[in-house]
Amino acid sequence: MSGYQDVIMAGFGGQGVMLIGNLLAQSGLEQGLEVSFIPVYGAEMRGGTANCTVVMDTHPVGSPLVNRPMSSIILNEPSLHKFQPRLREDGVQIVNASLVSRDLLDARKRTVYIPVNDMAHELGNVKMANVVALGAWLRATGALEPDVVKQAMHSVVNAHYAKLIPANIKALEAGYTFAA
Amino acid sequence: MNDGRILIKGNEAVAYGALDAGCRCYFGYPITPQNEIPEAMSRLLPENGGQFVQAESELAASAMLLGAGSCGIPAMTSSSSCGIALMQESLSYMAGSQIPGVIVNMMRGGPGLGDIGPSQGDYFQAVKGGGNGDHRNFVLAPSTAQECYDFMFRAFRLAFTFANPVMVLGDAIVAQIKEGVRRQPPEDALTSDDYAALSAAWRLEGYGRRGSAAKPRLLKSVYLAEGALAERNVLLMRKYEAMRAHVAWEEWQCEDAELIVVAFGSVARIARSAVRQLREQGSRVGLFRPITLFPFPEAALRRVSRDRRLLVMEQNTGQMVEDVRLALDVLARRSTVSWHGIMPGMFIGADDLVEPILTALRED
Repeated sequence: MSGYQDVIMAGFGGQGVMLIGNLLAQSGLEQGLEVSFIPVYGAEMRGGTANCTVVMDTHPVGSPLVNRPMSSIILNEPSLHKFQPRLREDGVQIVNASLVSRDLLDARKRTVYIPVNDMAHELGNVKMANVVALGAWLRATGALEPDVVKQAMHSVVNAHYAKLIPANIKALEAGYTFAA
Repeated sequence: MNDGRILIKGNEAVAYGALDAGCRCYFGYPITPQNEIPEAMSRLLPENGGQFVQAESELAASAMLLGAGSCGIPAMTSSSSCGIALMQESLSYMAGSQIPGVIVNMMRGGPGLGDIGPSQGDYFQAVKGGGNGDHRNFVLAPSTAQECYDFMFRAFRLAFTFANPVMVLGDAIVAQIKEGVRRQPPEDALTSDDYAALSAAWRLEGYGRRGSAAKPRLLKSVYLAEGALAERNVLLMRKYEAMRAHVAWEEWQCEDAELIVVAFGSVARIARSAVRQLREQGSRVGLFRPITLFPFPEAALRRVSRDRRLLVMEQNTGQMVEDVRLALDVLARRSTVSWHGIMPGMFIGADDLVEPILTALRED
């Protein structure tokens, strides 16, 4: 990875953007980078929109917040409306094709349009849609090796849920392969 | 690979730092955006032989802090803005009675209930005393999760060194940010014996325990006899003066700067990104970050500023800028200090600060 990287991840509360944000930050930390993760959500949680920003850098992170991100992971339509205009011209967005209409995409923005809900459902659990999207983001940005993220799952996931890690590794790989 | 750092929120770092610094009691009442502090403390303290109390109100929590401190027990509370406002009665009594305690304020928007976004609107309240009477809190302003951990050691040491409330003044950003934190207590961290020694001369412990000749002790803030309060307040004033020995700040890229941004807490770290960006584009700008807000690093600021332009950036309608102007002598240097305010509740990025810095740089 070369230097600085930032990403905004956004979706409905419950879609797991905080989890993949944490996972990515933990992965960066385990890679030896400086990282910051910051959540932004309203007073309402369920059904509302939530987003988080992850910054990775080779020197200590200054601003943990970014107005114009280099990349984004968009899991629902309201998030696309909010963040697509803010994506940098040379940025890349991972957009959930299962929930976001193709008509809404800005043709000038590099987009990986991927049906993460459907892919996760086929893999056995629709709740892994977030991890599929993270896999696609890893491929599209080249920010980190997938192996680093797979390893970091053990640090982020509560021991009670460790049995879900193999399926999530498959989900990560599916997203990564799709974005190739 | 990650050299032992753990990924935790600033709030969690406060809790670990307090525990590792020897905090024995936590009293508090829930409020966003600082809830991870009581959440972590409710687990950490009982596991380590301490006491956690969710009080019935902020006023009660702060009164419990006064009680624990009067017994020489390292204790803390935490809240956010409107909750801290409710605690001011106890903080004033603690200052007047010379009782130590650590108070963490993770600021949110105000006035009143405001919102749950970041703000630096409680600067005046924190550094000018906050409660009634002529009192001061020692105020530390962390800007990273690591500092949230590290500053707790300083906070407890200062509280017991001066027998005075110490406030750690953060905001919704440093509270909610997750970063790699090294959970490594400093070598000079105080032990329970140190706290006992520092409080030996005044703490309330049941005078019978000090032998048959011992007299009861009284910690109080009321001095009604003629001249008594004046004498007391002069003593307090000398103590506040003595706090200056512990002033702290950070300078970054100031040596050749034409303009120096002055910012604290979360805004300072965001300003650092803006300054870095502008440096790469050839602008000669620097950053001065007060780490202690009271005492304010006046002498350092005077030395650094010389005749250069200063831009105070803070997330409020203009508070620290007053201390900056005072530090530089408002009459002589009015024109060299400009100010850029950020309203509470806004999540700002470096981009938002770049243009105001350039504007100030161009100002004549």
